[in-house]
Amino acid sequence: MDAYALLVAATLNAGTVLAIAGLGLLVNERAGIVNLGAEGIMLVAAIAGFACAVHTGSEWLGFGAGALAGAAMAGALGVLVIWFNTNQYATGLALSLFGGGLSAFVGIGYVQERLPARPHFALPGLADLPFLGTALFRQHPLVYGAMALAAGLAWFLARTRAGRVLRAVGESPESAHALGYPVRRIRLAAVLAGGALCGVAGAYLSVVYTPLWVEGMVAGKGWIALALTTFATWRPGRVLLGAYLFGGVTMLQFHLQAEGVQVPSQWLTMLPYLSTIAVLALISRNPAWIRANMPASLGKPFFPGN
Amino acid sequence: MLRLEARAAPSRAMSWLSPLLALAVTVVIGLVLFALLGKDPARGLAMFFVEPFRGAYALSELAVKATPLLLIGLGLALCYRANVWNIGAEGQFVLGAIAATWVALHAGPGTGRWIVVALLAAGAAGGMAWAALVALLRDRANANEILVSLMLVYVADQLLGYLVYGPWKDPAGYNFPQTITFLEATRIPRLFTGLRVNAGFVAAVLAVGAFWLFLFRAFAGFQLQVGGLAPAAARYAGFSSRRALWTALLVSGGMAGLAGAFEVAGPLQQLTPYVPAGYGFAAIIVAFVGRLHPVGILFSSLLMSLFYIGGELAQSRLGLPKSLTGVFQGLLLFSLLACDTLIHYRVRWRPRHAAPGAA
Repeated sequence: MDAYALLVAATLNAGTVLAIAGLGLLVNERAGIVNLGAEGIMLVAAIAGFACAVHTGSEWLGFGAGALAGAAMAGALGVLVIWFNTNQYATGLALSLFGGGLSAFVGIGYVQERLPARPHFALPGLADLPFLGTALFRQHPLVYGAMALAAGLAWFLARTRAGRVLRAVGESPESAHALGYPVRRIRLAAVLAGGALCGVAGAYLSVVYTPLWVEGMVAGKGWIALALTTFATWRPGRVLLGAYLFGGVTMLQFHLQAEGVQVPSQWLTMLPYLSTIAVLALISRNPAWIRANMPASLGKPFFPGN
Repeated sequence: MLRLEARAAPSRAMSWLSPLLALAVTVVIGLVLFALLGKDPARGLAMFFVEPFRGAYALSELAVKATPLLLIGLGLALCYRANVWNIGAEGQFVLGAIAATWVALHAGPGTGRWIVVALLAAGAAGGMAWAALVALLRDRANANEILVSLMLVYVADQLLGYLVYGPWKDPAGYNFPQTITFLEATRIPRLFTGLRVNAGFVAAVLAVGAFWLFLFRAFAGFQLQVGGLAPAAARYAGFSSRRALWTALLVSGGMAGLAGAFEVAGPLQQLTPYVPAGYGFAAIIVAFVGRLHPVGILFSSLLMSLFYIGGELAQSRLGLPKSLTGVFQGLLLFSLLACDTLIHYRVRWRPRHAAPGAA
């Protein structure tokens, strides 16, 4: 019983990285911009956050550094894509390759570093409940933060004026421009916000989840987060759900190994990647499903006439 | 303030100048970076642009690293011209290396040289099979080829790990995760004794001609590119977009697989977890910097090879991390994309008061 409670807890923890990054990418894409640089952004943010946490001793400053690094990286993409009209796919790819190199270059001095032990977090009262206490109420605050973020984002997109403007920019930048909205600035703001969230996710990975710096440690989570937005058909609640699903698949491999299942570890490590492919194929099969919520201008450049 | 103004027609001159401009930008940033790191910028520059040309051995190494980049880059250029975004060449490269190794491990003392041909064919088939998965899922399930091809890179890495840590591990290899060293008969013939450059480089240079002919002289190549540039026009002309998708992925996957076979039976001579050295990703940059043109890619593959060798030299002689290569590769593609804007737009100076309300 306790093992299962721990499995649920570990699933929520692993899903949080994907959830925060996936929600950030959702903001991007709702404004019409695809950010294939997520993997590189998360890597740079992971080392920035880790280095900051090592030097200051504060994980929250680490998250802040991750967010700043993420926003800066995404800002470079935003300026190129929005003002220079570069191809979104190629630019994102460049950002991912650059981020991989830069993080390895900066991180080489931090490979041996360790962070001081963190006090375990527990919600007073609830943490002592049988099963549920271990499964749900002894998590890092950011785990609850990701849940709140999904709820907040759903409310923002559906109910607020700013959220509707953001969606309008993603659906039809021409109409939004004709109505007098500064389309390019709104898109940049969305890209910066998305980058900052990917940054927090990267920093959470290196400061809390692992907590270590290893070259290439994001290991495809940025790409899985990108797949999550399609999987979720651009709905925040479903991003959260999908993130926990993939978190569960990741944790399953450790659980199976602990249970003594005799499968080479490499086959188990493949599972999250294979399930991403499978889920992507299943969801994409239904065009009506995809089209219902996909921002119509996704991936297309917008250049207001002079 | 500076404003971008659309050109009436794309500038041909800029399309060829842009890679050079991007290289200049990257070099300038590199010089600043060396200075910031407390190294002599001139010496740093020499590691990347002078040392790799000094002597026969250095030139041979330049060709060794350019070989996979050129082979993969050619295939990707065809793919991107068809507007198919295969970014998983790294995984197809690994599968090619695995398939070639599978053939090589069947060789015995009496095996003839024909096995090299079989091994190369297996490599190409392995890369094709991996890319065919991407084509199948795109064709049948409309799954995004960017994400699927990339996820398959991680799967390929794990498959490689399973083989070299498991069934294919050399029993006499002191428990290192690697296969036996390939038998003499299965090795790619070298061009000169004592130098690592091999027949793979010749094959890659010949492939430049073959791709040029296919892209610019063959009807099938034309159909493929129309589909990429103007899908509606291609549909109207009755060109099959499904065929374009499959052709693009099978050709690019096959080339990446072939590169993997040349790599594992050439310079490496055994399968190890270090086979994926990032060539599949660097070749994406090679394809773009080479303007998706076979001749351009010949030059850009040599340039990217310089980046690799320069990074290694900067590590051994200047004590800088080898990952410097990745930083410069990313910077080059970034600057290229920015410079490419000048193909379609010109920069105009306009006094601020003349443009009221400009955002």
